[in-house]
Amino acid sequence: MKFIDEYRQSDLAHKLAEEIARLTDQPLKLMEVCGGHTHTIFKYGIEDLLPPNIEMIHGPGCPVCVIPLGRVDDSISIAFQPNIIFTTFGDMMRVPGSKTNLLNAKAAGADVRMIYSPLDALKIAKKNPDRHVVFLALGFETTAPSTAMTVLQATKDRVENFSVFCNHIMIVPALLGLLDSPDLKLDGFLGPGHVSTVIGTRPYEFVAKEYGKPLVVSGFEPLDVLQSVHKIVKQIIEGRAEVENQYGRAVARDGNPKALRAIFEVFEARDYFEWRGLGSIARSGMKLNRKYAAFDAELKFAVPGLRIADPKACQCGEILKGVKKPWECKVFGTACTPETPIGSCMVSSEGACAAYYNFGRLSKVAERSGMNSAVARG
Amino acid sequence: MAEKFTPSPLFERVERARRRRRKIKETHITLAHGSGGYSMHELVEGLFLEYFKNPILELLEDQAVFEVERGRLAFTTDSFVVDPVFFPGGDIGRLAINGTVNDLAMSGARPLYLSAGFIIEEGLAIEDLKRILRSMREAAEEAGVQIITGDTKVVEKGSADKIFINTSGIGVIESDARISAARACAGDKVILSGAIGDHGTTIMVARGELELETDIESDTAPLGFLVEDMLKEAARVESIDAIRSLRDPTRGGVATTLNEIALSSEVCIQIYEDRIPVREEVRGACEILGLDPLYVANEGKLVAIVAAEVAEPLVRRMKENPQGRDACIIGEVKREPQGIVAMVTGFGGTRIVDMLVGEQLPRIC
Repeated sequence: MKFIDEYRQSDLAHKLAEEIARLTDQPLKLMEVCGGHTHTIFKYGIEDLLPPNIEMIHGPGCPVCVIPLGRVDDSISIAFQPNIIFTTFGDMMRVPGSKTNLLNAKAAGADVRMIYSPLDALKIAKKNPDRHVVFLALGFETTAPSTAMTVLQATKDRVENFSVFCNHIMIVPALLGLLDSPDLKLDGFLGPGHVSTVIGTRPYEFVAKEYGKPLVVSGFEPLDVLQSVHKIVKQIIEGRAEVENQYGRAVARDGNPKALRAIFEVFEARDYFEWRGLGSIARSGMKLNRKYAAFDAELKFAVPGLRIADPKACQCGEILKGVKKPWECKVFGTACTPETPIGSCMVSSEGACAAYYNFGRLSKVAERSGMNSAVARG
Repeated sequence: MAEKFTPSPLFERVERARRRRRKIKETHITLAHGSGGYSMHELVEGLFLEYFKNPILELLEDQAVFEVERGRLAFTTDSFVVDPVFFPGGDIGRLAINGTVNDLAMSGARPLYLSAGFIIEEGLAIEDLKRILRSMREAAEEAGVQIITGDTKVVEKGSADKIFINTSGIGVIESDARISAARACAGDKVILSGAIGDHGTTIMVARGELELETDIESDTAPLGFLVEDMLKEAARVESIDAIRSLRDPTRGGVATTLNEIALSSEVCIQIYEDRIPVREEVRGACEILGLDPLYVANEGKLVAIVAAEVAEPLVRRMKENPQGRDACIIGEVKREPQGIVAMVTGFGGTRIVDMLVGEQLPRIC
């Protein structure tokens, strides 16, 4: 496939991996912040290629994984109110709330629909003028512009039976939270790709300047990831800490001004927003500002709005911070599986636990049956 | 006190009218078509019989009676509820025939007879029903089977979605083949009969939610003759026993089918990503939809686990059959780790290919 296969060439990958191994044998912990990278790393078996001294830590950049239980409960409560059509992305359907999830709510009679774009929700609202359509918005700055554009469109078309339950979050406060976390020791960051197409690379400059950690904004194909790892390792051994842009074909230093304008027009920062596993982070969430308050589902519907603690057995928090590996969690693969997830890291294919469960068990399984993955590989 | 019964000339006219071949006049299915009365007879005789004509069905008894051939019988059933009913490359009717024919064929059986049960939503256009019946007839002819018994129910609007079809089938296993998902052994090879993901991707695109336009068509096709060729070739080269397992990877795709075999046989199945044929358009659509072709349904493909010695000649023979044109060896069976399907990625890494969980949900970013 054109423009895709070029970034998946195996021979180039092996050369890059050798190059990385030649650079250093010092143990390094690198975090990929974005769930899309986690997915790529597992899907293509990139950890098999990297030298053993380089450890990838899977960060909190999966928007579905950081949605706290209380917000899921609120969504379900809205979905069950009379005359509501509740719309959201497919990944959100199986995310567990404190009692149930949206998929079960749908089966129990709530009108919950999966959509691919917020504009689809607006279409549904126009088609059903006698019902109220709520869109559960979530994601980083990546998806926030499309929610903003939808709200602007709804304003323009004077659609009154449409509102947004906003759970958009911001990447920089999350990075700050990680950098300030005392139990975290990282040597460098693989910067998010899609988010950066919107916000650019400038907002990360504090990571290099103030915290002295290299950050390389990376694309999502396997060669992108390997090249970015190479760039980070090179910075470390050369004693540099800079923000580099490996994903130049999509990311500009100043991002996408049009998308940013839409975000600033429609949203404002919340004082606090709770992240699953990471706790409350100041000014890390977005909500609709006063001008667009008419579209704010939180003002329209009474929701429980409770803060609900994560299940005790679940260690999503430690896993999101990279302090623990998924298989070190007691419920991983026993009580918590992609079929019956306890923690949200097990739900989305971008969640570290689901990625390990689906793609990463081979070396673990092989170890248990007394062979290494090289043998399993034939 | 017996009264004399005088025949009237009117009787003759009534009699003639009753014997007349019934023709369906309505444009849409109504609840009356499921009532058991005149309208239903019109439907059965005017439509179903017309399309599925064969000596056993024509008797219109409550059951089909036929002679049993020598050998073991295979028996299977499947229901079809696809949405949309019509899609590029086929429709629910063709699917209902091929699906059951293929389930029979995967035992090494020659499919013989099918039943067809219809649950129709009130309001279905008779033209649409005719189109479905026509393609069922064509598919049955292609597969060499006859529809010899059937049933129709009509339900109120909203109680079903247009039309649901159940087909059951009987086939005869004429050879000594012992085909089973539990018979894969270390050293065996994995054969795939062609490119994967066509059917599922077609349906996703045909739903129109994504406003994608592609030329992808469903691969729905009968596999009975391909299996017959394979059994003959295996017997010629080695023994019919060399064919261990046969499955058609429908819902859940090749990944799920291989997992079923790995679990039943307590073996590891290792496949190679770069050997698995996927059409360019399907790869593109899956990339956009966030799907993995390995998990996408096929309706005209089979996966075979065969003894290593027969693998090459089998693939050569399969390539001569239109349903096996792109057949290839995609992997092999290993002893351990048991119950696991592993894939060497095109990128050189190795990963587990697990069973599908829930629906294959598109990713959001």
